[in-house]
Amino acid sequence: MRPFLAVLARELRLALRHPADTLAAVLFFVLVAALFPFGIGPSPEALARLAPGALVAAALLAALLPLDRLFGADAEDGSLDQLRLSGLPGAGLAAAKALGHWLTTGAPLLAAVPAAAALLNLPVAAWGAAAAALGLATGVLSLLGTAAAALTLGARRGGVLLPLLVLPLSIPAVIFGAAAIEAAASGLSPRPFLLLLLALLALLLPVAPIAGGAALREE
Amino acid sequence: MLEAEDLACLRGERAVFAGLGFRLAPGGALLLTGANGAGKSSLLRLLAGLLAPAAGRLLWAGEDVQADRAAHARRLRYVGHADAAKPALTLRENLALYARLWGGDAAAALAALDLAPLAELPARVLSAGQRRRLALARLALVPAATAPLWLLDEPTVGLDAASVGRLGALLAAHRAGGGMVVAATHLPLPLPGAGTLAL
Repeated sequence: MRPFLAVLARELRLALRHPADTLAAVLFFVLVAALFPFGIGPSPEALARLAPGALVAAALLAALLPLDRLFGADAEDGSLDQLRLSGLPGAGLAAAKALGHWLTTGAPLLAAVPAAAALLNLPVAAWGAAAAALGLATGVLSLLGTAAAALTLGARRGGVLLPLLVLPLSIPAVIFGAAAIEAAASGLSPRPFLLLLLALLALLLPVAPIAGGAALREE
Repeated sequence: MLEAEDLACLRGERAVFAGLGFRLAPGGALLLTGANGAGKSSLLRLLAGLLAPAAGRLLWAGEDVQADRAAHARRLRYVGHADAAKPALTLRENLALYARLWGGDAAAALAALDLAPLAELPARVLSAGQRRRLALARLALVPAATAPLWLLDEPTVGLDAASVGRLGALLAAHRAGGGMVVAATHLPLPLPGAGTLAL
């Protein structure tokens, strides 16, 4: 547990020293949400109809941004070799990286949910459900993305390959996330959909770090 | 005791070396020499467990290291070409990660390489030689009994004479404590009585 916390603390400290990376993801999320009103026109009903799916898609795209540097930066300066020799198993290293990614990218996005939701005319009653759904959906993306980042490490054009691997696999998160927000917006309980998202997260929690760790083990 | 039996290494489709064997006893040192591309760095990565051998076995105290790679990782320190310094973190913070992972005192390790006055500076302002010393400071964290195998890839590149002397003192103390050193180099290293393996 101690090596895991040491690596996680390092990830958070590095993110604090480079706050621009986190800020870029948050601004990207708000900007994508802001593009929809321009494209669809100022019709509140049409916007509110689109809001759940647009919010989830924008959050996943924003969380995807820093993924190609997740292992790449450490591989270039030799830190990854040291981390692989740290005594922490590969799966533990991948899990620490995934949690670090969520804490520095997924969680800060939640602070921008009111801004993005207001731009998309989502009823205020659904903002809480939207934050919960986005928190879980970005968690799914952090896990999938970490495994994919480990797999594409060293591949030419890895930055292009990564979204092609991750986005199709995150379709279930989009479906359940958008359904949860839509249910809350129309006065129903978002609980069943949030539980399905949680189940997806629980499924990936062991699988993705093991896959990522195996990919990291050998070059 | 570190033993290599009939090791072979493939990079791409090309055999870098094959049929390589050596023994290293506690307190021993081995210098790897050879032209650029002879496979010195590959051999060090292979000894570290970062690369799997294409053939042959690597034994530690008679046990194959592939059987328990995490245990092998814990008993070695690897200083590669890259210095593994994070430019945004201070020297103390850079080393504190490894002190938390492996134990030891970061301040004392920095002092061993005469980096204590620079401890609060971000690593981005260091010169190449100072960055190299920061990488070598990882070696000074714990005594030889905890991490007996040091794998050094061109450890003295960019170092001034005084720093080579400090590295020499570290190497001597490590070997006196029963540690082993395998170093690839083109420059003379302060390793008296070291065996040589020409690749």
